[in-house]
Amino acid sequence: MDRPNPITPGLLIGFAIAVAFGIALPHLVSDFITYQFTLAMAWAIAMLGLNVLTGYNGQFSIGHSAFFAAGAYSAAIFIDHFGWGPYEAIVAAALISFVFGFLFGLPALRLEGLYLALATFALAVATPQLLKFDAFEHWTGGVQGIYVPKPDPIVSSISADQSLYYVALFIILSLMVITWCLLHSRSGRAMMAIRDNPIAAKTMGINTPLVKTTTFGISAMYAGIGGALFTYASEFVSPDAFNFFVAVYILVGSVVGGIVSIPGAIFGGLFIVFMPNFAQDIRLAYEWLPPPWAIFGVFLILIIYFVPFGVWGSLERLIVWTKRKVSG
Amino acid sequence: MELFLQLTLAGLAIGSIYSCVALSVVMVYQASDHFNFAQGEMAMFSTYIAWTFLGMGAPIWLSFVLAVALSFLAGVVIERLLVKPVEDAPILNQIMVFIGLLVIFNNMAGWIWEFTIKPFPSLFPADFGFKSSLIGPHHMGVIGLTLLVLLLVFCFFRFTRVGLAMRAAAANPDSARLVGVSVGWMLALGWGLAAAIGAVGGILVAPIVYLEPNMMAGVLLYGFAGALLGGITSPGGAVLGGLIIGVLENWVGGYVPGGSELKLTFALILIIAVLLFKPAGLFGRVVVKRV
Amino acid sequence: MPFLEVKGLNAYYRNTQALFGLDFELEEGSITTILGANGAGKTTTLRSICRMVRTEGEIRFDGDDLTSFSTEKVARRGIAHVPEGRGTFVRQTVEDNLQLGAYTRKNKAEIAEDIERVYSYFPPLRERFKQQAGTLSGGEQQMLAIGRALMLRPRLMLLDEPSFGLGPLIVQEIYSIMRQIREQEGTSMLLVEQNANIALNLADHAYLLETGTVVMSGESHIIRDDENVRRSYLGY
Repeated sequence: MDRPNPITPGLLIGFAIAVAFGIALPHLVSDFITYQFTLAMAWAIAMLGLNVLTGYNGQFSIGHSAFFAAGAYSAAIFIDHFGWGPYEAIVAAALISFVFGFLFGLPALRLEGLYLALATFALAVATPQLLKFDAFEHWTGGVQGIYVPKPDPIVSSISADQSLYYVALFIILSLMVITWCLLHSRSGRAMMAIRDNPIAAKTMGINTPLVKTTTFGISAMYAGIGGALFTYASEFVSPDAFNFFVAVYILVGSVVGGIVSIPGAIFGGLFIVFMPNFAQDIRLAYEWLPPPWAIFGVFLILIIYFVPFGVWGSLERLIVWTKRKVSG
Repeated sequence: MELFLQLTLAGLAIGSIYSCVALSVVMVYQASDHFNFAQGEMAMFSTYIAWTFLGMGAPIWLSFVLAVALSFLAGVVIERLLVKPVEDAPILNQIMVFIGLLVIFNNMAGWIWEFTIKPFPSLFPADFGFKSSLIGPHHMGVIGLTLLVLLLVFCFFRFTRVGLAMRAAAANPDSARLVGVSVGWMLALGWGLAAAIGAVGGILVAPIVYLEPNMMAGVLLYGFAGALLGGITSPGGAVLGGLIIGVLENWVGGYVPGGSELKLTFALILIIAVLLFKPAGLFGRVVVKRV
Repeated sequence: MPFLEVKGLNAYYRNTQALFGLDFELEEGSITTILGANGAGKTTTLRSICRMVRTEGEIRFDGDDLTSFSTEKVARRGIAHVPEGRGTFVRQTVEDNLQLGAYTRKNKAEIAEDIERVYSYFPPLRERFKQQAGTLSGGEQQMLAIGRALMLRPRLMLLDEPSFGLGPLIVQEIYSIMRQIREQEGTSMLLVEQNANIALNLADHAYLLETGTVVMSGESHIIRDDENVRRSYLGY
């Protein structure tokens, strides 16, 4: 249950259905809804990164907004300043976020559990101020931020929103497959060994520091790719768009989807984008209710008490439980 | 020289507010081995409550006392209701509960009182203290009041039966139970005190940073930095840590070009540096981890 | 009716069972000892009475059913536990430790009186009353742990291996003070020991524990004279 799922026919069929649905979706709904799904995937990619770091390697981060911002700003700057195309800029953003993550992973090596959470919390709180810093204004646009045009459609027969959606879909599916392969590799087993028993991992000859910092880098890279996609979809970056609550969204999405899972990130992304709308609709009917994010805070605590494994983790447990019942 | 003194005194004033927050952080850590990431938002909410009493026509000191008392109760209730159930849960679940609290308080404040910035009056009249070109009346009052609060807290822990029991419960819960101490309630009391002291910090900082739902984010970060610098296991150290951070912050803001814009980054660097190079802080002791 | 009565006691650490249907009783004013090897369940028995492990079965103390109590409530009923490893508050002073022992009591004058009495039983503690408990020697810490238990004015004292890790002379000293306490205060004691010899000298009754059940019981002198016991526990 704390390992990535093995490939079973059921899982393959489910995956195929999900992919088919993902491909068909933009033709079934409006451009606006398509855009929202693109946002959900951008979030989901960042959450996938956090799942790898926290769920599979046991390192906490409540500061992934910083890497999300690193990717978003790198992409925006490469496009705005150097006239790069959006897809080259994503690759550059991914690399830069990886470097940031790797570097932050170095001090993180010596921080355990709560202390790492505290350090990343500080990182998230400090990020917007750093982005506003005068000396960087030439690059970052200061408080104003940077306008980023939505990428042109990859083929002329679809809209810009649909095009970006397919790009996001392609990226997230690739990353999910890559993550699955990574976790089933030697390095993946090393990551999980470190999570489960750091001391034993070390005595088994695993290069713990290298694995941990690299994982931090990979996780930050995912967050950066998510951030870049998020920027393309919303056509804009600004310092306050990457405040501490962005880190909270990523963390919450991961936990809601199931932090020890790969597909859970998708549920997390959808949750973060669509839950506020849904809550807003409910509030139209019941005006006395507190605002969505306050309800959401309550909801979050309830989840921790009642479904601590998240959507995917609970599904897994349900399936195992049913199988056991059926087989007697 | 005058600038130096002004910066230092203002730093001590703001630092004593950080001391309050740092002390709250340490008390929660001592009581239940948590970092309460919602400590700042709780203090912010307390400040709004004081503001509400003010709006109802209550005198400012009465509003202060009522808000602090209510915060104490809220702290106790939060511990009993939300923190106790995750006592034995994995660290991630505990962190999530605090994040949830943070989100709730932040959004409830925005919902009830709106996100607009509000001026908040000082507890101290404009002619408070002595005339000086080096330090204003609010800063003077802040230093005086926090010193008083810290002294009260010290006496409570040093000289009262409950204070002794709380220290025992934090240090060795099993033995504390064996002598008849209700450890659970002592922890809740610790949370209550932390919330009350945090409220003092919030109400003192509001006239400086203005009242708004995000006003405590930076203050909490400095509080954490102060607590770590002084030593997360040492209440007295945390207070000194807060003061040191306040003064350092003002020096950096006053003398380093661009320093005032990077105050939070400064706190971030400080936190990581302390954790890396002096994890026990200046006055704490090394926490021995169970493996 | 016995003062303390334990019937059919099972105890568990998570899923591991440590006691299997334990039965024993203790008369008011008497000293009863539970003997056994490492892992026989001696400490668990004391922890069961103080509600620090999950149990099934009956534990009755002076008419109360302890199984529904919390640890602190057991203490308030007058059961003082001197735990394994002494459980002193190492960063508090000796005096604070004794004050904590009297946490359930309100009368300040009586408490001050009892602190005096503890000092008269254990003179080394008086000399070190402002010192942090963690700086005391092992023997002094054991004295402090017993002293702290006395501060509760207990009706029953549970003692978990007071001889543990101490030199023979200091063990002698502590046991003679315990005898003195028994004579002057009339406190009932339930004493757990690996050092069977010294425990049997002090106790009136003894139970022999093996892997979580009582295998033998009786008056101390009878147990002491038993051929098998002598060979396996007393070593002569």
